Amino acid sequence: MTIFHHHAPRVAALLASGSMLASVATGALAQDYDADAIINIGSLYEAQNLDNIAGVQGVHQALYANSYESLFLLNDAGQVENLLATGYEASEDGLTYAFTLRDGVSFHSGDPLTAADVKFSIERVASEVSKSARKKSLSNIVNIETPDDLTVVITLSSPSISLPYNLSYIFVQNDTHEDFANSVDGTGPYELESFRRGASVALTRNDDYWGEAPTNGGITFNYFTDATALSNALLTGAVDVVTGVESPDALAQFKNNPDFIVTEGASTTKEVFAFNDRIEPFSNVTVRKAVSRAINKKRLLNSVWGDYGTLIGSFVPPTDPWFTDLTGVDAYDPESAKAMLEEAGYADGFTMTIDTPNVDPHPLVAQALQADLSEVGITVDINLITANEWYTKIYQSHDFDATLMAHVNHRDIGFYGIPDFYWGYNNPEVVELIASAETAASEDEQVAKLAEANKIMAEDAASVWLYLNPKIIVSSADVTGYPVNGLNSQFFGYDIRKAD
Amino acid sequence: MSLLVAFMVLFFLLRLLPGDPSASLLSVGASPEQIAAARAQVGSDLPLGEQFVKFLTDIFRLDLGTSFVSGVPVADEVGERLSVTLPLTLMAFALAILISVPLGILSAVKSERWYAQVLSVVSQLGIAVPAFWLGILLVLVFSINLRWLPSGGFPTRGWEEPLDAVTKLILPVVTVALIMSAALMRYVRAATFDVLGSDYLRTARAMGDSFAGALRRHGLRNGAIPVISILGIELGSAFLGAVVIERVFTLPGLGSMLLLAIEQRDYPNIQGVLLLSTLLVLVVGFIADILQRLVDPRLRSERARI
Repeated sequence: MTIFHHHAPRVAALLASGSMLASVATGALAQDYDADAIINIGSLYEAQNLDNIAGVQGVHQALYANSYESLFLLNDAGQVENLLATGYEASEDGLTYAFTLRDGVSFHSGDPLTAADVKFSIERVASEVSKSARKKSLSNIVNIETPDDLTVVITLSSPSISLPYNLSYIFVQNDTHEDFANSVDGTGPYELESFRRGASVALTRNDDYWGEAPTNGGITFNYFTDATALSNALLTGAVDVVTGVESPDALAQFKNNPDFIVTEGASTTKEVFAFNDRIEPFSNVTVRKAVSRAINKKRLLNSVWGDYGTLIGSFVPPTDPWFTDLTGVDAYDPESAKAMLEEAGYADGFTMTIDTPNVDPHPLVAQALQADLSEVGITVDINLITANEWYTKIYQSHDFDATLMAHVNHRDIGFYGIPDFYWGYNNPEVVELIASAETAASEDEQVAKLAEANKIMAEDAASVWLYLNPKIIVSSADVTGYPVNGLNSQFFGYDIRKAD
Repeated sequence: MSLLVAFMVLFFLLRLLPGDPSASLLSVGASPEQIAAARAQVGSDLPLGEQFVKFLTDIFRLDLGTSFVSGVPVADEVGERLSVTLPLTLMAFALAILISVPLGILSAVKSERWYAQVLSVVSQLGIAVPAFWLGILLVLVFSINLRWLPSGGFPTRGWEEPLDAVTKLILPVVTVALIMSAALMRYVRAATFDVLGSDYLRTARAMGDSFAGALRRHGLRNGAIPVISILGIELGSAFLGAVVIERVFTLPGLGSMLLLAIEQRDYPNIQGVLLLSTLLVLVVGFIADILQRLVDPRLRSERARI
């Protein structure tokens, strides 16, 4: 079964692909699967370390909800549901949350899950030594108490409507566990069987799992550094499913082949052409809008991803609750771009440098931008840099005119509320909306505020949001039940079924 | 002394790369405090001189340090990776000798025959072909089309699954061996030509030895002397060449460790791998030297006279 969503209505299709596809596909094959099959998963995101506070990639993908569980689960459709928590109560002022834990859960080691483990885990991510990207989201926690074994009470310095969502990232770990880098003691449906750096993480079914048993005997994440090698592994049956295809060229051999299924899910990866809004001429809104209008985003997306991917016109993907279609703001219009440049005092254009990460597809995108911008008199120099240099030069030193970056996370509009962020966008109204959305009394209010902030950002052309990457999963035709959206790169393995 | 110079070059060249190792530990969204903490943790906030002194004292104490990124002792990871790269290199080396020595001798002795000419052309081609290209070609034929062999990877439990491990090493070993054979064959062929034109061989034949007998008794030993030193060099370069092959075949060896470490500016890991490679090349050179002396009595007596 091949599912393509090329046509409108885009949002409905994207959301449906997340929640419905899996159930439709697995329903049909419900009886015909091998309950002990080991599912081989191919991924380009190697886990070099199994510790979620080590700041390395790949851990979340391999272990989230597979081996480690959180109080809440961010499901494949983008909703937050109870997992180790059975519910919570928030105080009237939004400053105190009492979470109730599921009873009868134990770690792989046999140790029972208690409130102390939850407190330990949250404090570990928030601690001084933590390099977790999630550390900041916990900064308003002032106190964690454990009145009894199944209750965790968190006190905040300011209300935080995203607290349950933020906690969905925090692995609950056993407070007596020690070697987090090489071993795992979680509560999830799989326990760690073996881990080989540079090669794989093998997880096997936890027979004492508190929840529903996985529909397979185990999952192994096999790591690749080379997209061709990954495709070959799929072609030869060495892997059953790949967590994401990063290179469109690799798709051709699977697309019209009945042995494989190609699925396009809802991505959260935004290809952003970010200006340094602090400096001339990008401190001028009219110039930014002109640049945005000079870019033919549809042609660009097509040249990079063919028929895949989506135009969004903002930083918010359709799976975020505050999504609005803003593709109409500063749509492609080279004539008005020229007029706006003239109005801003750049009738003869200007010269700029784009610092481009050297990985696909950024260099290709930079060339397309160079061509489009030359049409309105802007000369672009392309400077290729490594990911590591990007981090020091752009992210830390803010030493750039403009750059390209793929921002991968779900619900990350908050970056535009940080005036000191690398792109230097500073609109006090947006800062205020984003800050107050977090202390909102209801989700409706939060959604309204963030949708408004997003609209202002788009009108300001804070950056140019070129397109939303597609999320493409390719699998062998005999496996089903894998997550197709993989928000935040997570990849749940427990529903995967392999035909007998 | 030469090692110390190598260390110095190694250390300072690495630090000339733009970027900072702490960047690999952080993601977009990291706060300035987190950045500072990461820099302090990996020591990249210290003056370069201080970092170098620390590097030297650690090496002196045989401490390779701890990876900035994975937090695992470098020695542990190098050991784990070596269990892939070393068998790969040694098996390829053995296979290359098995292929190149007989074929090299054959193509010299029968140099007038058509198959010797074909061999010569093939070895010429083999030298020109990049290893990754040959690797991809072999995968295309033997993995994707014929489905005889896996296209890459390594068992998660490594050599605890010996059959799986060996099967997965076949194509990479063959790739490295073929490339190595091409060069070796030409050296063996040239050495054999030298022997064939030598006075002692003519003398032996004149004294009634058969051609094959003379070659076996006098030729092989003399021909082996230059070949051994080439073998040493080839073994060293095969070890370093594993970088490319490991990437094509997704093998968790030293080569892929080095590539990833360079990308992430994980200095302890880079230094660990390069240090080990340098040592291995030196050791192999030393062994080749000893072998040459064993084979050639003249070298031994020269030494004795000194």
